Amino acid sequence: MSTAADGLESAGDDAVDQESDVATDTIDLDAYDGPTESLSLVEGVRDGLELELARDDSVVVLGEDVGTNGGVFRATEHLQDEFGPNRVIDTPLAESAIVGSSIGLALSGMRPVAEMQFMGFASPAYDQLVSHAAAMRSRSHGQFTLPMVVRMPYGGGIAAPEHHSESREAALVHEPGLKVVTPSTPTDAKGLIAAAVRDPDPVIVLEPKRLYRAFREDVPEEPYTVPIGEASVRREGEDVSLFTWGASTQPALAVAEDLAAENGIDVEVVDLRSLSPLDIDTIAESVQKTGRAAVVHEAPKTAGVGAEVVATINEEALYYLEAPVTRVTGFDAPVPLSTLEDFYLPQALRIREGVLEAVEA
Amino acid sequence: MSTYDEIESTQSPEPTSPPEDAVQILDTDGSLLPGAKRPDLTDEELLEMYEELVLARRFDERATGLQRQGRISTYAPMRGQEGSQVATSFALDAADWLVPTYRDHAAKHAHGRSYESLLQHLAGYREGYAVPDDVNALPEYIPIGTQVPQAMGLAWGFTMQDQHDRAVLCHFGDGATSTGDFHEGLNFAAVYDVPSIFVCNNNQWAISMPFESQTATETIVEKADAYGVEGVRVDGTDPLAVYAVTRAAVQKAKHPAEGERRPTLIESCQYRLGAHSTADDPSAYRDEDDGEDWEDRDPVERLERYLYREEILDDDLADEIADRVEDCLATAIERAEATETDPGRMFEHVYEEPTDRLREQLADLDGLRERHGDEAFEEVGE
Ligand SMILES: Cc1ncc(C[n+]2csc(CCOP(=O)(O)OP(=O)(O)O)c2C)c(N)n1
Ligand SMILES: [Mg+2]
Repeated sequence: MSTAADGLESAGDDAVDQESDVATDTIDLDAYDGPTESLSLVEGVRDGLELELARDDSVVVLGEDVGTNGGVFRATEHLQDEFGPNRVIDTPLAESAIVGSSIGLALSGMRPVAEMQFMGFASPAYDQLVSHAAAMRSRSHGQFTLPMVVRMPYGGGIAAPEHHSESREAALVHEPGLKVVTPSTPTDAKGLIAAAVRDPDPVIVLEPKRLYRAFREDVPEEPYTVPIGEASVRREGEDVSLFTWGASTQPALAVAEDLAAENGIDVEVVDLRSLSPLDIDTIAESVQKTGRAAVVHEAPKTAGVGAEVVATINEEALYYLEAPVTRVTGFDAPVPLSTLEDFYLPQALRIREGVLEAVEA
Repeated sequence: MSTYDEIESTQSPEPTSPPEDAVQILDTDGSLLPGAKRPDLTDEELLEMYEELVLARRFDERATGLQRQGRISTYAPMRGQEGSQVATSFALDAADWLVPTYRDHAAKHAHGRSYESLLQHLAGYREGYAVPDDVNALPEYIPIGTQVPQAMGLAWGFTMQDQHDRAVLCHFGDGATSTGDFHEGLNFAAVYDVPSIFVCNNNQWAISMPFESQTATETIVEKADAYGVEGVRVDGTDPLAVYAVTRAAVQKAKHPAEGERRPTLIESCQYRLGAHSTADDPSAYRDEDDGEDWEDRDPVERLERYLYREEILDDDLADEIADRVEDCLATAIERAEATETDPGRMFEHVYEEPTDRLREQLADLDGLRERHGDEAFEEVGE
């Protein structure tokens, strides 16, 4: 494998050994019986970052308010105390420069983890992300590669002001060269952060801010990675597949339990969690088993990632389908302010309707 | 000679913050600094400005209280910054346009917006962003720096349409000067020489980022040189100085002297006395006594002291104003909270004509609401 450092003589000496970097600490999370700690999703992110900063000196965290303040959501709390201001870096207010300088850092042999304070404010960095982060490997025929992470809180449901509630995953998923993951549990948050940092390619980690403090779970204390590219079946079921990710995973699971108890419908809930690459096998297997499917996401319906899931089902499992696949999504309108958010975001009622439509059709 | 030389005063003997080179007119005790002269504002206008300041201060306090009670969502306080906000808007004519940020509540009100409408969007009703026809202001900008090129374009467009008696005043913070849009917008403004005033409200902080770490230059104002526009630095806690400087910039924007460029970059030196927003806890990143020296440069008290000295204001009048302010805010809050909205509004104004998809989505939502009632949407399912 060639690295940026291979191509940059001066960085060669200090460059980290790429082979050891991509090694994963794969543990069987289901069978794990080691020490755990109770963490929220945002603490899972923080824990993942802490372990990676400790493991590899080339890892640096940078962004607005990530240092002294510990991040506006506290995702980097105390990391600057622990690793110092040269590893956990407060930057001036400039998303394009945060991502652009991260590209440069990665080219030099560092492993930057950049934070966009909110996905709604990542737009100035779009050019750096799509023209360069996504393309450096292919443009240079593999000579220059970018092991870098860009974290962004995304999604609605926290009664935030304008521009603080967007779900723009589709635009990023559409870019060849970027990987896009989104954890929906504290355990996945920690493991996906670790996997993203160790990945040889640029990885966008979309963090559902509505779930940052929504619940806690016991998370393994030791370092581990959750593989990028693998969906997680959160609830096994026989009757219908419900595909979702991020914050919608919670209402999807709640609806699945309700439908089991009240309607005797056995819903399989698949948390895609890796939106790029998409876990095509898991999608196909689930639909081949259930013969019915619904997709739920917060982003607007048109050209959302849900459309990609439906197209994938068509390609992989069309002849298993007993009904059209339904989509429960945000509307093709901007996310409203707090008073109307409940009507915009896919919540229990609309998800239930969408699943029933797929089952009863 | 610069437009500003004539309003430049001798400096107070021992200036604390803001720095010495900032234009000042009032001393902190409300007296005119030696050599400074009162801007061309009548007693009535000065009293209006004062009332606007008292209103701003009380709005800030009431809004912070409403947020704590869960009656509005995140609020960006402006304590210590009201003087500059009010004074910059007073320097505008009604035909001029205001391009404000999320923190510029008082600037918006002083240019014609109602506090009721500002409270509406804070309470989660987008209706509050509907600027009335007779107010020349854009809705607030939250994505930092993005308004700067737009303000330039607005001014540019007016000149293209031969509306030479309109200037555009654009607000932004110290943090915004790090964005590409700030540089690009100022460069355009200078290249096309459009009637524009760029006001950097340097409140020394961008959330947790202190000014010294935001930029390696000592001031914001020196950046003006890079674009070839005039820069002026003013004590942003001195309403009269801010008024004088901004008024001169507005006049220059519309009627420049031979060889003068229309745009001005004003660095208004202030201090963010409160938190960045109600969601922010400054104790995580700044000492409690940071900015203490700004406390006694309170813009509201400063103008008040001046008006008492000049015998424009007395206790009776001050009480009358205080009462009016309370009434005005009580009414604004009551009305904002009585706003009625409808989920169907989400689909309005996306385009001039809704798309078929939007109509379909609205019909689906209406069907669900009819069958299940609006309460059913509150069950988030978590
Ligand atoms: C492009 C962008 N990035 C990040 C944010 C999040 N954010 C909101 S306010 C702020 C600090 C702004 O500081 P400054 O420009 O000094 O204005 P102030 O808030 O001090 O008035 C940040 C980082 C944003 N709104 N827009
Ligand atoms: Mg600031």
